[in-house]
Amino acid sequence: MTAALQMTGVAADLGGRPVLRDVDLRLDAGDFTALLGPNGAGKTTLMRAALGLLPLRAGTVSTASAGYVPQRHEFTWDFPASVQDAVLSGLVRRIGLLRRPKVAHWQAVWAALDQVKLGDLRKRPVGELSGGQRQRVLVARALVLEPAVLLLDEPFTGLDMPAQETLTDLFTEIARERAVLMATHDLTAAAYTCDRLILLNRTVIASGPPADLKDPEVWMRTFDVGPGSHLLKALDLVGA
Amino acid sequence: MSPWQFLADLTNPDLAFLPKALTIAVLSAIMCGVVGCYVVLRGMAFIGDAVAHAVFPGLAIAFLFSGSLVLGGTIAGVVTALLVTVFAQNRRLKEDSVIGIFFVAAFALGIVIISRAPGYAGSLQQFLFGSITGIPDRDLYVVGATTIAVLLTVFLLHKEFVAVTLDREMARALGLRVFWLDLMLYVLVTLAVVMAVQTIGNILVLALLVTPAATARLLTDRLAVMMALAPAIGAGCALVGLYLSWSWDLPVGGTVVLTLTGAFLIAQLAAPRHGLIARLAA
Repeated sequence: MTAALQMTGVAADLGGRPVLRDVDLRLDAGDFTALLGPNGAGKTTLMRAALGLLPLRAGTVSTASAGYVPQRHEFTWDFPASVQDAVLSGLVRRIGLLRRPKVAHWQAVWAALDQVKLGDLRKRPVGELSGGQRQRVLVARALVLEPAVLLLDEPFTGLDMPAQETLTDLFTEIARERAVLMATHDLTAAAYTCDRLILLNRTVIASGPPADLKDPEVWMRTFDVGPGSHLLKALDLVGA
Repeated sequence: MSPWQFLADLTNPDLAFLPKALTIAVLSAIMCGVVGCYVVLRGMAFIGDAVAHAVFPGLAIAFLFSGSLVLGGTIAGVVTALLVTVFAQNRRLKEDSVIGIFFVAAFALGIVIISRAPGYAGSLQQFLFGSITGIPDRDLYVVGATTIAVLLTVFLLHKEFVAVTLDREMARALGLRVFWLDLMLYVLVTLAVVMAVQTIGNILVLALLVTPAATARLLTDRLAVMMALAPAIGAGCALVGLYLSWSWDLPVGGTVVLTLTGAFLIAQLAAPRHGLIARLAA
């Protein structure tokens, strides 16, 4: 089986400063993987490299197609667009220059909206949506291209608990047929819900199923914390 | 003066400049209204202002050498837009600083150039505040053709402009050529502005770009409706403004802009869902 996303020996810079080095990772359909690391560890950079938005200093990225769900503040929510218009904007390249959307494009939009359970709200202006609903619009916009891998950049930021749980269920469902990579700061939830964790700090420090990452040392190295940190206690890695 | 009298003046062959001025004002208001929707939604009113000022040296050079004002203004505007787009790629400086530098420089250059022209004060005033006389017939065709070209371009690139406005990063990830789309939009803004400069004037033209689109935004949450309303509001206010200015012998640019501002204030108060009255009643 070919990987949904494969990165080999990837190094990338941001404004002349090296951020990522020697990143190797492979994601397959059916994986719900969390990308964990402190701020500045290169989580967003890794996603942008996977999308081809950054020139690589070294290494290769291969993917059939990657869908991107950026942080919610990247989107102009006060734009006078309906939910379905926003999702259709994901198809702008596929529709093609100088062409208008056809019935098939709208059907793809509606199918994506049904999948994120926003089918009833498709004509609602995006500005009137709640935070959780907005996140689902962005997920639908990425899904409409039927990507092999879905990249989620901190989808839970600023959302309350029921919204986070609804989204987690949605991501788990999507991960049945695609690979899902989610950057997040919610370590305990990631350890509980994801099949696999990738600990990133400039490079992949460790990766594997949560049960295999019980060595406190890799967490301390990734997050640059001492043995007495709350983090290790919260993850149940050391005795409280 | 009654509207009937105004209509009679419009058809009076001795006042041939009046229907010409009206045609140009209405067509440029339509262009500015449509393009202005992107300007307002992208929060690039400052760029609109910059382009409006940046066309000035081109107008001045064209005036000095008796060339086409429209052509001169367009070239100067596009050159400035290009400089801003290129220099704004340097992330050490924010885009608004780059714009601030270039548009004032362009305006200063225009003033230096036009000071070399004989009868400098009169022509300067005409450029800055607009005038309804002295429009050559040729300009009517130029404005007509430009209106068609601008509206057609907007129609063809609409979904790309929307995608870039909604989410630049995503547009880039999808493989859209964001730099070229930005430049194209600046060119459209420049064209719309240059057409309006003669009647409305260099300083006030920003109102034609921003006010009708902002007014339309208050009235609707649907982009298609907004892009139909904005040019209608702009054209209506251009007509009413010209009528008022003709009746009471007021400067045309100022009168049109104040009419637009009046429409904006009414919308602010009485808009169906977001207006002040609707909100107080709710």
